[in-house]
Amino acid sequence: MQHDNLVEIEDVAFDYGARPVLKGINLTAKRGQVIAIMGSSGCGKTTLLRLIGGQIKPRQGTVRVAGESLGELNQAGLYRLRRKMGMLFQFGALFTDMTVFDNVAFQLREHSDLPEDAIRDMVLMKLHAVGLRGAAHLMPSELSGGMARRVALARAIALDPQLVMYDEPFAGLDPISLGITGNLIRRLTDTLGLTSILVTHDVHESLKIVDYVYFVSDGVIVAEGTADDIKASDLPYVHQFVHGEAEGPVTFHYPAAPYVEDLRLGGQSA
Amino acid sequence: MNKTILDLWVGLFVIVGIAALLFLTLKVGSMNTVNNSDSYEVVARFENIGGLKTRAPVKSAGVVVGRVVDVRFDNEVYEAAVTLRLDKRYAFPKDTSAAIMTSGLLGEQYIGLEAGGDSVKLKDKDRILITQDAVVLENLIGQFLYGNAQEGAPK
Amino acid sequence: MLKQAIERLGNRTLQGVGRIGFAIRFFVAILLHSGTAFRRFGLTIREMYFSGVQSLIIILVSGLFVGMVLGLQGYETLQTYGSEDALGILVAMSLVRELGPVVAALLFASRAGSAITAEIGLMKATEQLSAMEMMAVDPIARVVAPRFWAGVISMPLLAALFSAMGIFGGYLVGVQLIGVDEGSFWSQMQSAVDFEQDILNGVIKSVVFGIAITTIALFEGYDAPPTAEGVSGATTRTVVTSSLAVLALDFVLTAFMFRGLS
Ligand SMILES: Nc1ncnc2c1ncn2[C@@H]1O[C@H](COP(=O)(O)OP(=O)(O)OP(=O)(O)O)[C@@H](O)[C@H]1O
Ligand SMILES: [Mg+2]
Repeated sequence: MQHDNLVEIEDVAFDYGARPVLKGINLTAKRGQVIAIMGSSGCGKTTLLRLIGGQIKPRQGTVRVAGESLGELNQAGLYRLRRKMGMLFQFGALFTDMTVFDNVAFQLREHSDLPEDAIRDMVLMKLHAVGLRGAAHLMPSELSGGMARRVALARAIALDPQLVMYDEPFAGLDPISLGITGNLIRRLTDTLGLTSILVTHDVHESLKIVDYVYFVSDGVIVAEGTADDIKASDLPYVHQFVHGEAEGPVTFHYPAAPYVEDLRLGGQSA
Repeated sequence: MNKTILDLWVGLFVIVGIAALLFLTLKVGSMNTVNNSDSYEVVARFENIGGLKTRAPVKSAGVVVGRVVDVRFDNEVYEAAVTLRLDKRYAFPKDTSAAIMTSGLLGEQYIGLEAGGDSVKLKDKDRILITQDAVVLENLIGQFLYGNAQEGAPK
Repeated sequence: MLKQAIERLGNRTLQGVGRIGFAIRFFVAILLHSGTAFRRFGLTIREMYFSGVQSLIIILVSGLFVGMVLGLQGYETLQTYGSEDALGILVAMSLVRELGPVVAALLFASRAGSAITAEIGLMKATEQLSAMEMMAVDPIARVVAPRFWAGVISMPLLAALFSAMGIFGGYLVGVQLIGVDEGSFWSQMQSAVDFEQDILNGVIKSVVFGIAITTIALFEGYDAPPTAEGVSGATTRTVVTSSLAVLALDFVLTAFMFRGLS
């Protein structure tokens, strides 16, 4: 194994326009691990995944995947590297003009010269893994939200990538498929030797399967540790998150002017 | 949508589209822009060409044998110099005459060639010596009135 | 007040110029990434079905009616001068030189152009284009370029069909209904319509229109804000901008092509 760390993020900052979203993130993902990124809604988790995929460039800091610094790659190099990555998008992002089967087969057809028979077998295997082999002929519009997400998961692992990023893989799943999906991610990681980066809100489900957890808040990593560390942690931030408490350092609100002022109850005439 | 049916439709579309182009080319238009290699050019001078324009057909006995390719004013003889490009297949005697004619009252103007009897044929860059001008409506009316006046005078 | 207005105007102008620059870069990118559209021609054929075949009905029916109207109106006008024999010339010339390329392009812009914008805009809004990038597939090569070439190939075929249908309509009304002499209808048309000057120029026009419409439609979709309003606004802009572009280009091309003639 050439590099022990598949993904290395050093002091990365990123702004959307004038609004800083990430302010100096350090994060590593070792090969063969499942790591989770947690944080409140809107804290920049999806943004972090897009940085790892090289879809956006950091204002500061470096992102290295498999030892290559993304900032120094041209488009061809980036595309070469991306063949080793799979990504499950937060909203599935299935191609709506193709059947489920063609969605999963997309990368195989684009990047390999495999005969259609071989592609068929591989696609059905991936679909079987997410329990949707019988839905191969359906169009994405005929799927439920949870089914679409599972198809997207099958598509993300179609090329047997080294790194798979899952953006909220558990959202919209019933408890049974949730457990199965969690186990699937763990099993894929172990049997195929993948590295998985998981963005999720589902603390309990993910703590069962992950090796290492990062908590993001206000643009920085506020806590990190193994699953057991996190469960035992008494950091107020982590405690609030793990136990789902309303009061605490995690704010539910997007930054805004004080509520009273906004409602104009502050004594001024409206 | 089934791929073969889709291919079939697109194939049909392309075939019908090309057929329409062919229809326009062959049935609606004419390829009579005789190209340089198998044609020769002769010049004819007219005192008045009326509304003759470049690209007007050159006909002999009603058959199109060429096109007008250039119309200019010759400042030395104060006449219009019209260049005709004729198809090589048609050779005309040296004493052929050219006349500017009109098809219909307001129709297009064209050049009519009437073959003479000379045994020597016209060659490239030759000049047609015998020409007949366009009939100008105003002159015609003028002549008509003048003629009437003359007829009426003795009375 | 005034200062603000001027500032807004300045901002708008800068944005507009920026968009034009981006559009040109986008156009060049399409050309540079066109390899896939030809190597895997199946992709382009598929898009020709959606932009070309699906525009057939509207093109054929409109062409027929425009030709029939030309036949009626042309006859009325020519008859006053006793030259109804020239009806064929009038119908064919107007269609081949102007109406065929222009009206077909306007119909194409509203039928296929808007559909292209909406489709690309939605693909972007639902992150399908991002997903494609993450799968190491270039969306310009895989999604945009085939649609571009499909439009560029379809447009002249549609324009020719429009003209042919229109001439047939003019023939129906002029010859079959009114009774203009069939022989002179066709022969006058043939002797007046020139391959190079009229038909070829008409084809060139429609190719240019095809390039303009598909580029605008693809660009608006690609540049649309990823929301429902964003996509619907972009669709409207496609129809408006590409129609205006077609008319303006038509003037410029006509001025170049037919300068010095008649
Ligand atoms: N394209 C964009 N332009 C401007 N701002 C954006 C854009 N995308 C995201 N943001 C902002 O960046 C912040 C982080 O967004 P991101 O999508 O990374 O959040 P997230 O952590 O994935 O949230 P969630 O858990 O709800 O998916 C948000 O506050 C959002 O307002
Ligand atoms: Mg997110």
